Amino acid sequence: MTALKLTNVNKSFGEVQVLQDINLEVEEGEFVVFVGPSGCGKSTLLRVIAGLEDATSGEVTIDEQVVNQTPPSKRGIAMVFQTYALYPHLNVRGNMSLALKQDKQPKAVIEERVATASRMLNLEPYIDRYPSELSGGQRQRVAIGRAIVREPKLFLFDEPLSNLDAALRMNTRIEIANLHRQLGTSMIYVTHDQTEAMTLADKIVVLRHGQVEQIGSPMELYNNPTNQFVAGFLGSPSMNFFPAGLVHAGDDRTIGVRPENLYLTDDGVLDAEVSHVEQLGADTNVVAQVDDHQITVRLFGQHFIEEGQNLRFGFKPENAYHFDRDGLRLR
Amino acid sequence: MHKARTNPFNTMGMHGALILYTLIALFPVFVILINSFKARKAIFREPLALPDSDSFSLIGYQTVMRQGDFFLYFQNSMIVTVASLFFILLFGAMAAYALAEYRFKGNLLMGLYLALGIMIPIRIGTVAILEMMVATGLVNTLWALILVYTAQGLPLAVFILSEFMRQVSDDLKNAGRIDGLSEYTIFFRLVLPLVRPAMATVAVFNMIPIWNDLWFPLILAPAEKTKTLTLGSQVFIGQFVTDWNAVLSALSMAILPVLILYVIFSRQLIRGITSGAVK
Repeated sequence: MTALKLTNVNKSFGEVQVLQDINLEVEEGEFVVFVGPSGCGKSTLLRVIAGLEDATSGEVTIDEQVVNQTPPSKRGIAMVFQTYALYPHLNVRGNMSLALKQDKQPKAVIEERVATASRMLNLEPYIDRYPSELSGGQRQRVAIGRAIVREPKLFLFDEPLSNLDAALRMNTRIEIANLHRQLGTSMIYVTHDQTEAMTLADKIVVLRHGQVEQIGSPMELYNNPTNQFVAGFLGSPSMNFFPAGLVHAGDDRTIGVRPENLYLTDDGVLDAEVSHVEQLGADTNVVAQVDDHQITVRLFGQHFIEEGQNLRFGFKPENAYHFDRDGLRLR
Repeated sequence: MHKARTNPFNTMGMHGALILYTLIALFPVFVILINSFKARKAIFREPLALPDSDSFSLIGYQTVMRQGDFFLYFQNSMIVTVASLFFILLFGAMAAYALAEYRFKGNLLMGLYLALGIMIPIRIGTVAILEMMVATGLVNTLWALILVYTAQGLPLAVFILSEFMRQVSDDLKNAGRIDGLSEYTIFFRLVLPLVRPAMATVAVFNMIPIWNDLWFPLILAPAEKTKTLTLGSQVFIGQFVTDWNAVLSALSMAILPVLILYVIFSRQLIRGITSGAVK
């Protein structure tokens, strides 16, 4: 069953078109991540799905029903915001139960759902505290709890981790993944962080300039990008691009090779001068110049390389991606 | 918190300047207060002397109590001030929210139109206002004053409040919408508490000019039963004789209520529960 279907969705603010002809299907229980650089329209798309913005044209279908005219509260969705957006005048219990009270649910149901959600998120000790008395991570858990109690058909997450510090971000990411396993509900998650996208998603939607660049599973997108943008966006450090002319004179295509697919070899085709070395323990990232082009090489293990050293790098032909002038992949 | 920047001389200089300013600002009030407790002759002989056993006299206060219905004047001033502030804050906040939150045609024009009122003094329209009040039969009612003061206070209120409303997190309002709160609930329960400091500022700005105004009470509501305190005090100022004891006593008493209102509003300036809602 389809949990969400977008058909030819367009959105413009005055003259500026922020979403162009978006088509997307989200299956029941799927975890879909919208990813893209800032300003690509991913948050706007999420708000159109939530009903906080109206689509200029096109159809939004949630659970087989067209919801273009339905207010957010009746769409069967719940949303978790980047800034948590907890109600400052209500304690944790009040924050979580407000939506159910608005929906005129019986008291027993409300209590039971709040209890279940707070047990799931380990919020029981803080149930009577106010948002101002909680830490960032706890606030985000309350925001997630507020979404869970509504038992929505679709969860929407708007960059929920970007206000947390690195350590907490990893933990919360795992918690969200666990939550998805436990609840089995469809989730849509917006982020600009490709690590979050790769680790959480069943399906990634890469957006740029309000258009869908590619849709697919994380590994599909990683192994088989349709264009230079997607190839460069996923993977860290990101893919190296250099003119094919460096390898075969006269070739006007662009070659892309992932940093981990470059290796040190004496007869390598790339003659590079090392400009910077990052030792990460398990890996060594080498930044080097080939003519005017900067490349990054990820060597496994510890290598002791000096800046200014001249090295030759090679790659296997099957690991090279070719792109035309417009950035489209050539196969 | 800003330990690195404290320098004893700077601090002293700063406090010295502030104390000096406070003294200058409070001096006239102080002179009014001490002279209200003195006999008429003593006021003119030594205006700056404190009242002593010779010069001490409550004659001014007695005159004020005897003549005219001072408690009624007090009550009128209080009703007019509090009601005007209530309407300024209510309608000002609502208009500001609409301007800040909703995209509609003419949003910017409406904002500019409302801001125009800041630049044009309402007294220019006195004649027209009087004609309108006569036509509607509102002359010599407190409503005449309340309406005029509300109109007078709205432009600045809308201007200040809409600036603050823009800073209220969109996520919070959207969370409310998703949870099924009506726009009114979002406005009253989520947004208003967050702009309370700005509301208090607007209230304090508006309160004192309204309380002290003589112009509109004199023109629109000079009847005995609707006289405000400022207008009521004028009976002691004559063309040839002025009862200074009574004037000074009336003014001293007029300070108290504004002081109380100010204390109430300034306490709202403290932001407490608002932190922690977002971020």
